[in-house]
Amino acid sequence: MKHTKPVFSFLFVALIFSCSSLGFQSDELVIEDEEFGIEGGRAADLVHAIPTSTPASRRRVDLESSSDSKSVQFTLEHAFGDSAYSPAGTFTARLKTWSHGGKTLTKLRFSRNGLTDAEKDAFKRLLEEDNFYTIRVPSNVLNPPGKGYILSSVPARCIPRESLDEHFVIHTDGVDILALNYGSAGSCQYPRPLKFPKKWSFNSYTVMKNSEQARRTPTFTEELLAAETGEEEALKAPERSFWSKYWMYLIPLGLIVMNAITQAMNLPEEQQPAGQSASQAQQPIAQRATNSAARRR
Amino acid sequence: MAARFFLGFLILLLHSIISCGVYEDQVGLADWHQRYIGKTKHAVFHSHKTGRKRVVVSTEENVIASLDLRTGDIFWRHVLGENDPVNQVEISLGKYVITLSSEGSVLRAWNLPDGQLIWESVLQFSAPSRSLLHVPTKFGLERENLVFVFGGGWLHAVSSIDGEKIWKKELYTEGLDIQQVFQQDDSDILYAVGFLDSLQFVAYHISVKNGEVLEESKKSFPSGFYGSMLLVSQDILVALDASRSSIVLINFARGSVSFHETYISDIVPEVAGIVEIVPSKLSGLFALRTDASLVLFRFNSIGELVVENTFSHPTILSDSISITEGHQVFAVMQHAETKVHIAVRFVNDLTSDALKETIELHPQRGNVQKVFINNYIKTDRSHGFRALLVMEDHSLLLVQQGKIVWSREDGLASVVDSTTSELPVEKDGVSVAKVEHSLFEWLKGHMLKLKETLMLATPDDIAAIQEMRLKSSEKTKMTRDHNGFRKLIIVLTKAGKVFALHTGDGRVVWSLLLRSLRISEGCECPSALKLSQWQVPHHRAMVENPSVLVLAKCGPDFLQSGVFSIIDSYTGKVRSSQKLPHSLLQVIPLPFTDSTEQRLHLVIDSNFEAHLYPRTPDSIDIFLREISNIYWYAVDSVEGIMKGYSFNSKCKADMEDEYCFNSKELWSIIFPAHSEKLAIIATRKMNEVVHTQAKVIADQDVMYKYISKSLLFVATISPKAAGEIGSVTPEEAWLIAYLIDAVTGRILHRVIHQGAQGPVNAVVSENWVVYHYFNLRAHRYEMSVIEIYDQSRADNKDVLKLVLGKHNLTSPISLYSRPEVVVKSQSYFFTHSVKVMTVTTTAKGITSKQLLIGTIADQVLALDKRYLDPRRTANPTQSEKEEGIIPLTDTLPIIPQSYVTHSLQVEGIRGIVTIPAKLESTTLVFAYGVDLFFTRIAPSRTYDSLTEDFNYALLLITIVALVAAILVTWVLSEKKELRDRWK
Repeated sequence: MKHTKPVFSFLFVALIFSCSSLGFQSDELVIEDEEFGIEGGRAADLVHAIPTSTPASRRRVDLESSSDSKSVQFTLEHAFGDSAYSPAGTFTARLKTWSHGGKTLTKLRFSRNGLTDAEKDAFKRLLEEDNFYTIRVPSNVLNPPGKGYILSSVPARCIPRESLDEHFVIHTDGVDILALNYGSAGSCQYPRPLKFPKKWSFNSYTVMKNSEQARRTPTFTEELLAAETGEEEALKAPERSFWSKYWMYLIPLGLIVMNAITQAMNLPEEQQPAGQSASQAQQPIAQRATNSAARRR
Repeated sequence: MAARFFLGFLILLLHSIISCGVYEDQVGLADWHQRYIGKTKHAVFHSHKTGRKRVVVSTEENVIASLDLRTGDIFWRHVLGENDPVNQVEISLGKYVITLSSEGSVLRAWNLPDGQLIWESVLQFSAPSRSLLHVPTKFGLERENLVFVFGGGWLHAVSSIDGEKIWKKELYTEGLDIQQVFQQDDSDILYAVGFLDSLQFVAYHISVKNGEVLEESKKSFPSGFYGSMLLVSQDILVALDASRSSIVLINFARGSVSFHETYISDIVPEVAGIVEIVPSKLSGLFALRTDASLVLFRFNSIGELVVENTFSHPTILSDSISITEGHQVFAVMQHAETKVHIAVRFVNDLTSDALKETIELHPQRGNVQKVFINNYIKTDRSHGFRALLVMEDHSLLLVQQGKIVWSREDGLASVVDSTTSELPVEKDGVSVAKVEHSLFEWLKGHMLKLKETLMLATPDDIAAIQEMRLKSSEKTKMTRDHNGFRKLIIVLTKAGKVFALHTGDGRVVWSLLLRSLRISEGCECPSALKLSQWQVPHHRAMVENPSVLVLAKCGPDFLQSGVFSIIDSYTGKVRSSQKLPHSLLQVIPLPFTDSTEQRLHLVIDSNFEAHLYPRTPDSIDIFLREISNIYWYAVDSVEGIMKGYSFNSKCKADMEDEYCFNSKELWSIIFPAHSEKLAIIATRKMNEVVHTQAKVIADQDVMYKYISKSLLFVATISPKAAGEIGSVTPEEAWLIAYLIDAVTGRILHRVIHQGAQGPVNAVVSENWVVYHYFNLRAHRYEMSVIEIYDQSRADNKDVLKLVLGKHNLTSPISLYSRPEVVVKSQSYFFTHSVKVMTVTTTAKGITSKQLLIGTIADQVLALDKRYLDPRRTANPTQSEKEEGIIPLTDTLPIIPQSYVTHSLQVEGIRGIVTIPAKLESTTLVFAYGVDLFFTRIAPSRTYDSLTEDFNYALLLITIVALVAAILVTWVLSEKKELRDRWK
């Protein structure tokens, strides 16, 4: 969370300086870039992507990068609305063969073909009709198309910004492609306004995702063992403060003290008139005594 | 200090919430439980002179039950489980019920009076075959009491005393189909007869003593056999030839086999079409079912076939039973509209009836499908008969003396879908007398309760109070109540019958066997039944009744056209019914209603074309307005492919049908066949209400839940690990959990659990998923939770921005934006295996949630969702504790008091439905399986209402007493003051 803090502040600044919708779109990209670790910035046609796998597997990739690996290619095809599919670009990846026989794809690169004029017109028509732009890749890289093609579509109006910004997330399992998440690089407004890009070229970001391992269920066997052997007796309860231990005695004590104090406060006041009367009572006696004494005298 | 006090109080509160079981005297107040057995397959009567009269039945729900012949109550019952279907049931030695199950591989004996398991034998099994059970009727003293079982290609002789296998003999060759195992009375020879490749007749003569094959006779029949054969008399069997045009008589007496073929058209010229042998054992007679009628045949003394009788359809025959030496009878059931004629006839003399009765049947029961008869001696020493009828709606009736003695609605054991309906609004104009009466009752009740509170009540009073609570007329009224506890649960059963059950006491308000789903209407096996709310009137609730939609098709083939019926929820009358012109693959209720409040439904056919219902111009307007925002998905679980679609245009096939739309494929996900096999797909409930998207966590931070109606949870397992638990090593087994957005086909989250194996159960609600599986490494069941949070809204925490309106909370969200989600997950061990899992739903979604888990013991366990919080840590901080986070443990606790079903069992539980009541704190729970169970639960206790037991009288009296005391003391003090002033 720490590194997102500056992002938030940047976001806030951006929000202040721009109209909300535009600023919003550009900001989210920054976050995404950091998250997925895309290298190479925003080169027009070629983006390197690093598979976001677990650190362990990444290390293995580094270790065995010199071992036998071959390059594979598979094509990306696209269709405009209901049109037929035509090649749109090529993915290049390295195929790694592990000692246990498994194969994985790494170092995915993508090169997109430039849009022909006919395609540009078709795309324009899609934008006007608010129709879907569909892409597909084979489900198996080694012997395409495998079990069939993996399709993904996006409303064409989600793509254009400065140029045509697109974002691929390819979910793989070995040499099989499970799913292709395709869409705009940022957010897509709804209702979708008609907007033409300034530059008719694709700006592609590609991310390859392998599977993520689930966390193991936490086990507290050690504690259970400790409980069985009776070791927990040695573990003393954390020392409680004096107050928390004896509050039940202290409160009545406090009450008694308070009571005593108020009594003590009251006592002198009451004693004073009582003392006065006593002295008054005594005085006549004394006076009388003195008088009698005087009389005796 | 104060925080500590608060914490202590909180913990106390927490414990009080968790332990919310019911007290003994609360059982039956809000819950009801009904026990069923399912559609009867076999029935054996046990009505000897002494002891209670009973009938032992086995059913299609794999239940063996002993029913009281007088009342139809269940004496005892055993549910054998899903993969242990009962093949045969017999009574042996007059005290044991012998059952053969699991394709003839498990033989069990149950004690007839109390249903205890006496013994169980697992028999050898080599290949699937017919499973036959032969229990000799005459037991000699010197003979061991053997039962003979054929199943899995082996013939076994098993002692009926202790289940010991005396001998076994393999009778398996490729293509051999043993069809009958029988004994000719008193002989020591057991016959096993069958067909070899449907071309050859084979008969084995086997010694009863040691299983030796004494003789094996075979004879081939060049034109081949069709179907199965029937034993007509001691040594004569009948079968049909392959073309079903002639009856083949097989005589195998004295070791030699001879065939005698008779063309059906020669003896019954009028018969045409497909014929079939009726599998009723009639000792000397047999029946053929043709398209038009049922023909009864007999062999005359010279072995020729003679037509004895012809019955028009629909006619059902029973097996024959012997009443006296040499006298056998059988029953013939014939329908005449709503009436059924029962005739019991002698096998030897068909002209005279031993009994002739006519009974009136409820029209919603359909036709008789099976009949079992039993005889008894009447008071005048003549023979009386009782008949057990299995009806088309799976109900069971006992008929005696022309009357229905009892009936059981056993169709309710196979509920396939359910929905609810509100009851009618109470009309004005209740009579004064009624109010007075109820007021009097109310006062009386409260006086009694007061007595109980003050411990003055006698045991009679306490009994009266309990009875009053259980039989409160409030509970069973046919009108809507203030709290929304009274509703109609509408269920659809496998037979195509719709029942409306009252939530108060579970009684059947109305039932309807859909005409279009009856066999008589050409619907052999209704399938893919679905029930959905069609119309829920709000504006005109006083004048219009709600209705439900039943969608079904006749037969498992998905090309079959569907049946579309709309039924009035209050009366159970069919409003409209039609046969769909297209097939039925999937039904999608849309979140839109037309101007008459009919819900829009899309029916997807096998060409992926969508048909919109209701077919009104109004609905098409609404649909076309929203068409660009409607998406759907289809799953091919065999191939492991998921595809998403949208609608783009009118069907190209028929342009004139404006209610038909083409689908356009938008996305696809293909699971690799070698590593993943689809195990489960779970979605959120359509009607779930989420109170707030924001979740305030410790340190005053806010997280936004990712709430999307299109969130799918998909779990796949490794194909190797698809079998039983323990069949693979942990290295070969894994489970992959996906969170998929069904609109764009995006995988929002994908996680692998290594060493995990199915069966997988899952429930999705709000922004979380809980799934249950087996962990092979830890040798325990495990439950995992995934919570998904939306980061794109996370910067809406600034109050200033909220004040200035610079937030994006009200802007519409498009799922085509790149999702920025954060996922939190955690796994916990769980002791039970799980059959079904669901979550409570409340009216506003404020009340905390509980998971309802159908356990392996067929009980429903409520587990607080807070135990399945991914943010639980071993040492929660002070602020987390205040938030209510429970310290992390590795196992989920099972608190005995939290069983919703308390002491009851919902045998064979298949589904739990939760229905929100109007009262926010309360959820209605309906669990179904072979049994039905209903109750209402309050996951956070009833914080918004006083309980029904609340003693208003005591409160009133306390107030009155206080007021009186105040007055008295006031008067006294006035007087005292006056006295003081006068001093």
